[in-house]
Amino acid sequence: MGTHTAEQPAPVAAGTGTTAVPTRTGLLIIGASQSGVQLAVSLRALGFDEHITLLGDEDHRPYQRPALSKEFLQGTVESESLIFRSNEYWAEHNVDLVKGEYIVRIDRDADGSGVAHASSGRQFPFKRLALTVGARARKLEIDGGDLDGVLYLRNADDALALKARVGDAKDVVVIGGGFIGLEAASSLQKMGKNVTVLEFGPRLVGRAVGEETAEYFLQAHRARGLDIRLNTSAARFRAASAEGDKQTSVAGVELQDGTVLPAQIVLVGIGVIPNTQLAEQLELTVDNGIVVDRFALASDGTTVAIGDCANMPNPVPGSEPGERIRLESVNNAIEHAKVAAYSLTGRREEYAGIPWFWSNQADLKLQIAGLCNGYDRTVLRRDEERGKFSVLYYRQGQVIAADCVNAPLDFMAVKNALAKGRNIPADAAADPATLLKTITTDS
Amino acid sequence: MPTVHFTDAEGEVRDVQGNPGDSVMETAVRNGVPGIVAECGGSLSCATCHVFVREDCLSKLPPMEDMEDEMLYGTAVDREDNSRLSCQLRLTDELDLFVTTPETQV
Ligand SMILES: Cc1cc2nc3c(=O)[nH]c(=O)nc-3n(C[C@H](O)[C@H](O)[C@H](O)COP(=O)(O)OP(=O)(O)OC[C@H]3O[C@@H](n4cnc5c(N)ncnc54)[C@H](O)[C@@H]3O)c2cc1C
Ligand code: FES
Repeated sequence: MGTHTAEQPAPVAAGTGTTAVPTRTGLLIIGASQSGVQLAVSLRALGFDEHITLLGDEDHRPYQRPALSKEFLQGTVESESLIFRSNEYWAEHNVDLVKGEYIVRIDRDADGSGVAHASSGRQFPFKRLALTVGARARKLEIDGGDLDGVLYLRNADDALALKARVGDAKDVVVIGGGFIGLEAASSLQKMGKNVTVLEFGPRLVGRAVGEETAEYFLQAHRARGLDIRLNTSAARFRAASAEGDKQTSVAGVELQDGTVLPAQIVLVGIGVIPNTQLAEQLELTVDNGIVVDRFALASDGTTVAIGDCANMPNPVPGSEPGERIRLESVNNAIEHAKVAAYSLTGRREEYAGIPWFWSNQADLKLQIAGLCNGYDRTVLRRDEERGKFSVLYYRQGQVIAADCVNAPLDFMAVKNALAKGRNIPADAAADPATLLKTITTDS
Repeated sequence: MPTVHFTDAEGEVRDVQGNPGDSVMETAVRNGVPGIVAECGGSLSCATCHVFVREDCLSKLPPMEDMEDEMLYGTAVDREDNSRLSCQLRLTDELDLFVTTPETQV
């Protein structure tokens, strides 16, 4: 490692008004997070030898987001542990890491090269472009939404803001019973806060899991003392009525029926919106994300777009032709980046592997293999005594996915079966004492 | 400083120094040791940080918990008696650890 000969960035004519001559990078990756980092790493592993600029608007070195709602929030891991790669790694691999620059506009030439303009005025000329811009938290636009203490949780600054307020808070209202809401709610509860979760819909976690799993989480969280209210939405946030500067801080959440829940922190987790602003400005096709083909290429045939911001053909074997999907997971960011790395080095390799996901909530360790949409049968495996719970999803007799709580053996068995195109017959799987691995069949 | 000696499936060795308290996985990933993938970043959810620990080093490590044990049944390369998930192994002051990475993690 670190011994490849890399092409130095070629200087281009200085832009007007800039002091330093901007050099042209071989590949400009906009968005320095899970998918952007993986793209740079995979490109170097494949021998891509042009200069890479990995640029992001955050002021931190690229870090892993999942812990923000879990271990980092609870204070059981240090921020240093979340960093993807050391500075030495990037230097050795001829990757320029640029922090704190937000790209607002891109000028493009006919050959796909161009110049990206940051809000600071800095310019970044490039030969090729990758958009790994991710997604942003959806805002809850109700009265009082701009009060202090109404928080979101998408990036490290959000997590730091939350941590800074947690000490003084007694009551927290979490809005949204999705993964991030439930993870943060569990973490805050563990930290001694009085937590209420409001979910607008009739069940938890939306469509990401099936009915049985959603119900299991509802019961399990309630049994652990979390106050979860389904079919409930906030009407407005109320400020403290006391005199003085506190009036700009949130003090409560008023529900549709007029009830007011005390809250010194409101954490809103109602989903994300893919960042498509730059793609739109470049006139790329956009539809719930940047539309890409099987090789991660956007509609101009040269820009790659991957990760949370990209809408791609469903990569799961056996999915409907033409079906599209936008996934929000670490696993997808990694696998999609690999596809793009092949594309950028002139190879055509399709998405490999089976989508998987994890979520840790209190002592509940959820692992999901595959995607359950379109299932026609479920098989439940429950071991109350050991706190294990799995649901296997089937379509026309073929296993397509599984949600597993504290049941890594089930998760691993299903993930491996899916990866190898094998099956786990439903009837035999129904006995929780049977090891799934031992009943996996060839079709 | 604690040192981890990573040998890959081809026999190539890389010595990496780490900080006490960090995991073997983190030490590898931050420095780009290619044989460790660690998709889940240490949350014991992915089993892509599998290592084989040299026999004489095994006793220096804390025993494994049930979860790690179960996850090890799902590794890409089958587990052996000396298998561990490297995100569960913390560096200590004087630790000098020899591990081999499997041919593949996914
Ligand atoms: C709190 C939390 C917990 C999570 N937990 C899990 C989990 O347990 N398991 C799991 O699989 N996934 C989890 N995820 C999801 C996972 O982190 C995301 O799927 C992953 O980060 C997506 O990576 P990405 O690189 O595509 O996008 P992002 O991580 O969103 O990164 C995009 C980056 O681009 C930057 N950017 C955007 N526009 C511009 C611009 N114009 N100029 C410069 N920079 C720009 C953004 O600031 C950001 O840094 C979690 C996410 C969060 C927020
Ligand atoms: S890093 Fe995922 S299990 Fe160790």
